[in-house]
Amino acid sequence: MNAIAPVGISPSAFLDRGDVKGHATRQKAADYLRTVGLPRAGVEAWKYTSLRALADVPFAEARRDVDAGAVDTLLAEVETISGLGAGASRAVFVNGRFDAGRSRLPDGVKVAAFDPARELRDGIDPAGDVTTALNTVLADDGLALVVPAGVDAGCLLLVSIGLAGEDAPVSFHPQHRIVVEEGGRLAMLDAAVGRGYYLHNPLYDITVEEGGYLSHARIQAEGKKALHLAVSHARVASRGVYDSFTLTLGASLSRHEVHAGLNAAGASVHVNGAQLLADHQHGDLTSVITHAAPDCISRQTVKNVLADHARGVFQGKIHVERIAQKTDGYQMNQALLLSDTAEIDAKPELEIYADDVKCSHGATVGALDDDQLFYLRSRGIPNEAARSILIRAFLHDVVDQIDDARLKDSLNLAVEAWWKREVA
Amino acid sequence: MPAVAETRKTVETLGQNTYKWGFETDIEMDIAPKGLNEDTIRLISSRKNEPEWLLEWRLKAYRSWLEMREPTWAKVHYPPIDYQDVHYYAAPRKKPGPKSLEEVDPELLRTYEKLGIPLHEQAMLAGVELPEGEEARPPVAVDAVFDSVSVATTFRKTLQEAGVIFCPISEAVQEHPELVRKYLGSVVPVTDNFYAALNAAVFTDGSFVFVPKGVRCPMELSTYFRINARNTGQFERTLIIVEDGASVSYLEGCTAPMRDENQLHAAVVELVAMEDASIKYSTVQNWYPGDENGKGGIYNFVTKRGACRGARSKISWTQVETGSAITWKYPSCILQGEGSVGEFYSVAVTNNHQQADTGTKMIHIGRNTRSTIIAKTISAGQSDSTYRGLVRMMPKASGSRNFTQCDSLLIGDRCGAHTVPYIENRNMSARVEHEATTSKISEDQLFYCRQRGLSEEDAVGLIVNGFCKDVLKELPMEFAVEAQKLLQISLEGSVG
Repeated sequence: MNAIAPVGISPSAFLDRGDVKGHATRQKAADYLRTVGLPRAGVEAWKYTSLRALADVPFAEARRDVDAGAVDTLLAEVETISGLGAGASRAVFVNGRFDAGRSRLPDGVKVAAFDPARELRDGIDPAGDVTTALNTVLADDGLALVVPAGVDAGCLLLVSIGLAGEDAPVSFHPQHRIVVEEGGRLAMLDAAVGRGYYLHNPLYDITVEEGGYLSHARIQAEGKKALHLAVSHARVASRGVYDSFTLTLGASLSRHEVHAGLNAAGASVHVNGAQLLADHQHGDLTSVITHAAPDCISRQTVKNVLADHARGVFQGKIHVERIAQKTDGYQMNQALLLSDTAEIDAKPELEIYADDVKCSHGATVGALDDDQLFYLRSRGIPNEAARSILIRAFLHDVVDQIDDARLKDSLNLAVEAWWKREVA
Repeated sequence: MPAVAETRKTVETLGQNTYKWGFETDIEMDIAPKGLNEDTIRLISSRKNEPEWLLEWRLKAYRSWLEMREPTWAKVHYPPIDYQDVHYYAAPRKKPGPKSLEEVDPELLRTYEKLGIPLHEQAMLAGVELPEGEEARPPVAVDAVFDSVSVATTFRKTLQEAGVIFCPISEAVQEHPELVRKYLGSVVPVTDNFYAALNAAVFTDGSFVFVPKGVRCPMELSTYFRINARNTGQFERTLIIVEDGASVSYLEGCTAPMRDENQLHAAVVELVAMEDASIKYSTVQNWYPGDENGKGGIYNFVTKRGACRGARSKISWTQVETGSAITWKYPSCILQGEGSVGEFYSVAVTNNHQQADTGTKMIHIGRNTRSTIIAKTISAGQSDSTYRGLVRMMPKASGSRNFTQCDSLLIGDRCGAHTVPYIENRNMSARVEHEATTSKISEDQLFYCRQRGLSEEDAVGLIVNGFCKDVLKELPMEFAVEAQKLLQISLEGSVG
């Protein structure tokens, strides 16, 4: 009774399709959805986020013939939010499908067409969680990009545009695979926007090989009625760096789950993020960082700014395996409540099996500091302006941790735009 | 790293003889047949000569227990427990009261001796009546729970003069039914959780404390719990009520004889603090932890909760947990009264194959409530230790504050230390701060001590004691000394 039953795209009907028939991995994920289904109340990983909103929605397959004018308007919106103009290289997906006409891929990378028969890479369990399973069964398109060894592929804008009616919910499940080979570099800005009632369920299958570098910043600015369930599976090899950032602004209900594995000595990951939520929005950032090799570094700073009736959730686990001696792990989680009806639920978690490690986490939750406000007011700054300075300083602190200057600028712009729209 | 190598070696040599309290008293017991059903509960109730309402309360708890499932969210692993394979009632057989210590069962006396109870207290515990006017005045009143029946309560007279009621809960049911009926289950409802429901259905004894308005309890109250007979679960229930402006400090010590089979212990402790009242509840728990192969040991599934009902009331939990094969325990505070204060100070030490999942819950309901959590976790051998704590700010908890600090120390590379805080805030002006660290004993600190001529064992002892200082200093004097000794005994094998 808990299983997801999207009418137009029921897993069983989808799996009858010629090109995916008999695909064992998809079948395994479908079995998981059928037997386990949506997480029950009391499932620890979903303690603070309920997917009941999805249970009986008759999601249909997203339309291919969308209004070109609307797509261009939304694309222009992305350009404004990100500051990355028409000149930047980009991969555009409309309702989960690659739009070759609007895309312009960077030089030097290898891009392949999505192959429905392909397998998830090793280490991703198709039946590990509902977000991964749902994507595994229904993935129909996605970016398949390889940055060859030693190539600096510059900056790529990955755009997702969702377009649906207000009363006819659709869903799309793109599966992106990004591989950065030895010593390769890529900065990827990933922006999701849209209008109407839809479920966007992307999966990011990320591999950073030896000495590779991937900066992955996400701006989730989906439509107000949208549902967003994203999952990233990142695997980082020796001396590789995966610098990720999730900025959550949109959707009525969203969750981004990040599974980052540090698989060889000297790897490092950053799983940072900020959630700026208002109205009745619910945003969940959940991460599991697994130190599976010695001498790896992980850093995590997550900030929430919550207004109105918004609810922010942060669940971050740092798992240090027995072998992972000399691990350096740090995690910080902060939340600012701007109203008495907003709520934050945080669960930072350390799970440590090696003794020679340096792991710590901190969390603070509260309102704006009265002393700081007073300091600014006493210098003649009006109340609203003072609040604005403090909130933006709070956010700047985390956006500033993005390593790539281009992505940092884009994110700062997006935060400013949100600020102007929602608060000012 | 020589320290690690040596630690590993000494962990391996740690034998079961290090469990100082592993003795067994061979005295005649009155035991109910194994198994749990309504008849068992009726038997317990009738043996205790309980009023009808209490039997009904127990049966209600039993019926809801049947519907409940054992919680699985804690990071502890153990084979399934057969709840029908346990004796739910065991009592020392009633004999006419002894006239002097010579008439007391020598086994029982030896137990007390090993527990370190002074002779005059032993006499009182064994129910020996002293001649008129010869009441000794040690500073601690003891209510010893020997398996299911409280053997004796000392210093009742001094307490009575102050208006304090301190007696076995079974006696309180007979003599103060209105108090028991009013407060029993009011902090931990019978349906609260699987183990609390089980306890409500079958609890056999425990302590009852009532401190009336404005009374400062004249002495520290203390209880020893011992699990003695084979295959009996210990289900004691403690209820402490402190009225307006009154205060009490309560000490609980637990030891259990050495057993091969795992024994079940599911206690419930309820505290009620009214306006301006304060309760300090200290525990030193050293139930048998099992041997070096993880065989035997106590399963300790305990529900402890205090309600700060009145304004400016205060409840402070301090625990030193070194025993039990499995610990599942979260002493909590419900901060209802405006300006009420909750505190939780904990040291949890696990060694060999012990598993502990312990922490606290601070539920802030009233305005300007404050809570402090200091938890120190030490893991050695192949043990796993988890701090799991919840801080919840309810919408009306304006101006409330919490500060949490959790530090874990790993000794050796085969153990695990985990920290799982839950932070839930629904009030803008409430502030929650949490910090946690995990590390091993620093080589620098060790080197510093060694250089000054301390042996490695002493150096580690010193560092561990320093690591726990913030918590140990919260313990009452009598316990602080015992706790320090206990820390050393628990880590003896593991740190060289």
